[in-house]
Amino acid sequence: MNLRELEPGKVERKLGDVILSLDDVSLSFGGVKALSGVSFDVREHEVRAIIGPNGAGKSSLLNVINGVYRPQQGRISFRGETRTHMEPRHTAELGISRTFQSLALFKGMSVLDNILAGRNLRMRTNILLQALRVGPALREEIEHRKRVEEIIDFLEIQHVRKTQVGRLPYGLQKRVDLGRALAAEPKVLLLDEPMAGMNVEEKQDMSRFILDVNDEFGTTIVLIEHDMGVVMDLSDRVVVLDYGKKIADGTPDEVRASQAVIDAYLGVKH
Amino acid sequence: MTATQRNLTTAFFVLLIAGAISPMVFGDAKLGQWLEVVLGGLMSGVLYSLVAIGLVLIFKASGVFNFAQGAMVLFAALTLVRLMEKMPVIAALILTLAIMVALAWFIERLVLRPLVNQEGIVLFMATLGVANFLDGFGQTVWGSDIYTLDIGMPKEPKIILDGTFEGGLLVNMEDAMAALIAGLLVAALWVFFQKTATGRALRAVADDHQAAQSIGIPLNRIWVIVWSVAGLVALVAGVIWGSKLGVQFSLSQIALKALPVVILGGFTSIPGAVIGGLIIGLGEKISEVYLGPLLGGGIENWFAYVLALIFLLFRPEGLFGEEHIDRV
Repeated sequence: MNLRELEPGKVERKLGDVILSLDDVSLSFGGVKALSGVSFDVREHEVRAIIGPNGAGKSSLLNVINGVYRPQQGRISFRGETRTHMEPRHTAELGISRTFQSLALFKGMSVLDNILAGRNLRMRTNILLQALRVGPALREEIEHRKRVEEIIDFLEIQHVRKTQVGRLPYGLQKRVDLGRALAAEPKVLLLDEPMAGMNVEEKQDMSRFILDVNDEFGTTIVLIEHDMGVVMDLSDRVVVLDYGKKIADGTPDEVRASQAVIDAYLGVKH
Repeated sequence: MTATQRNLTTAFFVLLIAGAISPMVFGDAKLGQWLEVVLGGLMSGVLYSLVAIGLVLIFKASGVFNFAQGAMVLFAALTLVRLMEKMPVIAALILTLAIMVALAWFIERLVLRPLVNQEGIVLFMATLGVANFLDGFGQTVWGSDIYTLDIGMPKEPKIILDGTFEGGLLVNMEDAMAALIAGLLVAALWVFFQKTATGRALRAVADDHQAAQSIGIPLNRIWVIVWSVAGLVALVAGVIWGSKLGVQFSLSQIALKALPVVILGGFTSIPGAVIGGLIIGLGEKISEVYLGPLLGGGIENWFAYVLALIFLLFRPEGLFGEEHIDRV
């Protein structure tokens, strides 16, 4: 039920102003330059893809936005505030959630608990009230549980909600990862290779979920992906990285036509 | 759990039960005496469990094997016993708990935070340092004599069921009380971990630090909470061991007995720590009483370690620990 496939070019989503932007960001590990002078912006409600060959610096870029890495140079602006770097926990508080390339789920916990944990930032009552399950704590837990059930319904994982996550097949674990990120009701969702290692059917499901999140919740999405077909179908605009440098930026069609991109992917004659 | 492992576990429990009841079947043991030995074993097992729970708590939440748990037991008991000289029991208990929380905060600030993202072995060495510091610091501040701790635990053993058995069953009330307290503590910990949002955050941190941070769980605060809870468990263990043996330096060595318990039960399982403690307590008492005369005694001293060794060979993750499956 891919909206954009059903009515190609007809769905007019309102793209807002720039919500997140990176300005001249450079990051190196010792002598290795992971990113050099990368600038790009993300507009509210859009699906923005970051692509590039292996080792191009895609994950590094995501980790700079997420605060895991501190760039040596450059600035990051999010919703009008400009910083030299982000802090992982602070990022979550500001409204940026993420999923992980190699799954980083709480494997010993149930699907329900994983997604509930995603609402951690929105929990207010103190430990004592929680333990006694009285008054505001109980009301709060019920409220959170309701939201989590909505996410579970949305991702169609009702049948495994009480299952330990470590026991689920890979495709479902990826959905739980997405669910946990959604639970925080983020403004911006960072997806690190959401379709890595999936079969065609799982990829279709995941694409549908990503588009639905974007359409229904208006969440801005930044995703890294290897599957070019997927990227071109999903994204509004695409950034292409190669050896830590931005080599193209534009709509899928523009990027596809760019000589620099073709060279980066297919190689050039020397 | 694979089928072989399930079979191993089943075989182990069958062996354990067979071993425990064999004196009744093959020997000439009297039922009353046998029950006394079993009860005594289980109750001393509870005491091992109390220290083991502290180890498991910290290992679960931070992947650190806390060598200082025994030192924390001694420090808590020393603090309590000296404070009780100056104030009523309740006030001393509350103040000691506050000191243990402060200690947790200092450990997080001064030891764990600078070492974040280091190898497990580095953190383990750091807790070795904490253990040495606490042993010395506690005795410098509070003195190194042997103190008697009396918070009003019943000392007199009681004879129960003397209608059913000849001579009745002699039950050590102090141990029974300890078992009751330990049971309550475990129940409280279970509610805390399974039913509160903070407990959920703790479990999340235990599973994956990075992911926990990405959903906004503050690692530092979680560590303070976990070490505080471990401090509380150390205090409870200190009270019970202290009133049994007196508060003295050897208390810090009881952590050594907790090591085979966590190897048996699994490093990441609180129920495992309890059951592991019970198995070891029961096993060493039964073999001491019924096999001791045949082997020349002293079995109690090595039983736990030999059992742990066997587990390390065949079942290194313990009875209830998580096995790690890596997807390739």
